[in-house]
Amino acid sequence: MSRRFTPKVVTANDLIEGDAVWLSADDRWVRQMCEAELIEDAERAEARLKLAEGQGDIVVGAYLADAQAGENGPEPTHFRETFRTRGPSNYAHGKQVEAA
Amino acid sequence: MYKYNDFDEAFVRERVAQFSGQVARRIDGSLSEDEFRPLRLMNGLYLQLHAYMLRVAVPYGTLNSRQMRQFAHIADTYDKGYGHFTTRQNIQFNWPKLRDVPAILSDLADVEMHAIQTSGNTIRNVTSDHFAGAAADEIEDPRPYAELIRQWSTDHPEFQFLPRKFKVAITGAPNDRAVVKAHDIGLRIVRNDAGQVGFEVIVGGGLGRTPMVGKVIRDFLPKEDLLPYLEAIVSVYNLLGRRDNKYKARIKITVHENGIETVRDLVEAEFIQRRELFNGADQALLAEIEPAFAQPDYITADSQGFDDFYKADPVFRSWVDTNLTEHRQPGYAIVTISLKAHGATPGDATSEQMRVMADLAQEFGHDELRVSHEQNIVLPHVHKAHLPAIHARLAAVGLATANVGLVSDIIACPGMDYCALATARSIPIAQQIAERFDELKLEHEVGPLKLKISGCINACGHHHVGHIGILGLDRAGVENYQITLGGDATENAAIGERAGPGFSADAIVPAIERLVLAYLELREGPQETFIDAYRRLGAEPFKAALYPDEAGGRKHAA
Repeated sequence: MSRRFTPKVVTANDLIEGDAVWLSADDRWVRQMCEAELIEDAERAEARLKLAEGQGDIVVGAYLADAQAGENGPEPTHFRETFRTRGPSNYAHGKQVEAA
Repeated sequence: MYKYNDFDEAFVRERVAQFSGQVARRIDGSLSEDEFRPLRLMNGLYLQLHAYMLRVAVPYGTLNSRQMRQFAHIADTYDKGYGHFTTRQNIQFNWPKLRDVPAILSDLADVEMHAIQTSGNTIRNVTSDHFAGAAADEIEDPRPYAELIRQWSTDHPEFQFLPRKFKVAITGAPNDRAVVKAHDIGLRIVRNDAGQVGFEVIVGGGLGRTPMVGKVIRDFLPKEDLLPYLEAIVSVYNLLGRRDNKYKARIKITVHENGIETVRDLVEAEFIQRRELFNGADQALLAEIEPAFAQPDYITADSQGFDDFYKADPVFRSWVDTNLTEHRQPGYAIVTISLKAHGATPGDATSEQMRVMADLAQEFGHDELRVSHEQNIVLPHVHKAHLPAIHARLAAVGLATANVGLVSDIIACPGMDYCALATARSIPIAQQIAERFDELKLEHEVGPLKLKISGCINACGHHHVGHIGILGLDRAGVENYQITLGGDATENAAIGERAGPGFSADAIVPAIERLVLAYLELREGPQETFIDAYRRLGAEPFKAALYPDEAGGRKHAA
């Protein structure tokens, strides 16, 4: 396990609204990725995912997504996760117009 | 149109009540997601990238003005003011909240609609020719049979846990507009040498990661044997189909691995047994259904106004020449309303547009609308005298684009703008291609061309059967687009061949432009369509246009 760990965030969809949410360091589900906890080691990542998976009455489909440190907090590294932070490209709908 | 009887009404209302209870128990924590997921899927509710998505069945693509208006109401009340019409003749709402879904289903039940079996490993919404009952080339209207299949397959106890989803398409015309050869079962109404009307039954077609053209399992099936024969096919598949590997579970793989002869023998043996069990109730039901699909009360009217307007107004003329199809009734036309305005999202309609289409259907179209698998809306029965008024009202809400069957009439799945399974976006590529060809003012000169885009290998955008197909993939964390050439969705069904290495999101639109411009150079004249030129010349000259730097050496092409 000497390979360098790619930082992660825990993300899921909200049970009622269905939108993308991320787990913060203080155990809240936040609607902007920049407020999420950027997890720097594998052990913590597993523990945080386990916590998330225990919250099936709040969120659905929790998983670990690759992320990197940005100016305002964690940022996505893959385009799929980027789209989840903002919404579709054909209309101004979703998070891109519902800023926190 | 078919009207719900007391049984249909009670069944749909009961499902709404059941699902309302299930949603309530999910929200209060009594049901886990693992328990709830199969229940929501049975009712058409997906969880996508940004929100839930509700897929509502439009049985065989037929609906009336009241139902279309209800879609508009749902879009305004519970969603973001629009809906997305799909390649399976359904409509999807992209933004419902879980709490609102029971109310949406209740509103749908008010207009004899539902979302049952629009997902899951069951027999899905039966699709059909969007010109059924109106087309001049039709042997018989396929919709009574489609409705019979709908009733038979809905909640069929034997077929609720099939190895995989199961799609049936039916056409009554020799010119296949329902892509029947790319379905698990395709049915073509045919006339045999004795002049009798029956079905050619095709099995094992499909797109997705293993595209296959269906094979004929029975070249003539008497009409009265339809349900026992379908039941025999599905029951053989239910036992023989693989459950060990999701990617090998569709009937196309069952047929491929076992051979059509083996499957046919099993089906015919099962059919003999099943036929005994059908005691005529199916034929009695069919007899009840048939009158609902009688021809409308056609009107006669003076078409002089139409003729004058056609001569005088070039915009109207272009729309008539492009978007109309011959109707069987003299004086009538089939109108295809394009949901493909240049730069718009293929298949999307706003609530305002839905209401206008509903009004037009009610005022001028014998109260009928159709959803086409090509993601357009059809007014199947319109007298030509009314076309100028219809065109003007469509134009007022951005629905008068004259591009049906042309390069900008693109099929595109939602792709990664919405879909959780997608590997790349489809919609922006469709928008950019349509806008580019609009700028070039070339698409009418290019003529008939089917361009289809899927945002993943599952091929909801039918890219395999596009004359030009585009498949969006994730290549090392970047969107990448592969081109296939020579596909065909008609009775001459063919799977397109991959042209070579994929293109980046920036390079795909110029590549399509080079391809289409090359066709204009290569064709023998305007009468030779893209697909005809491709068949005459083969892929090479088109590949040369796609990969100009490799002219001669084709070392990178796979």
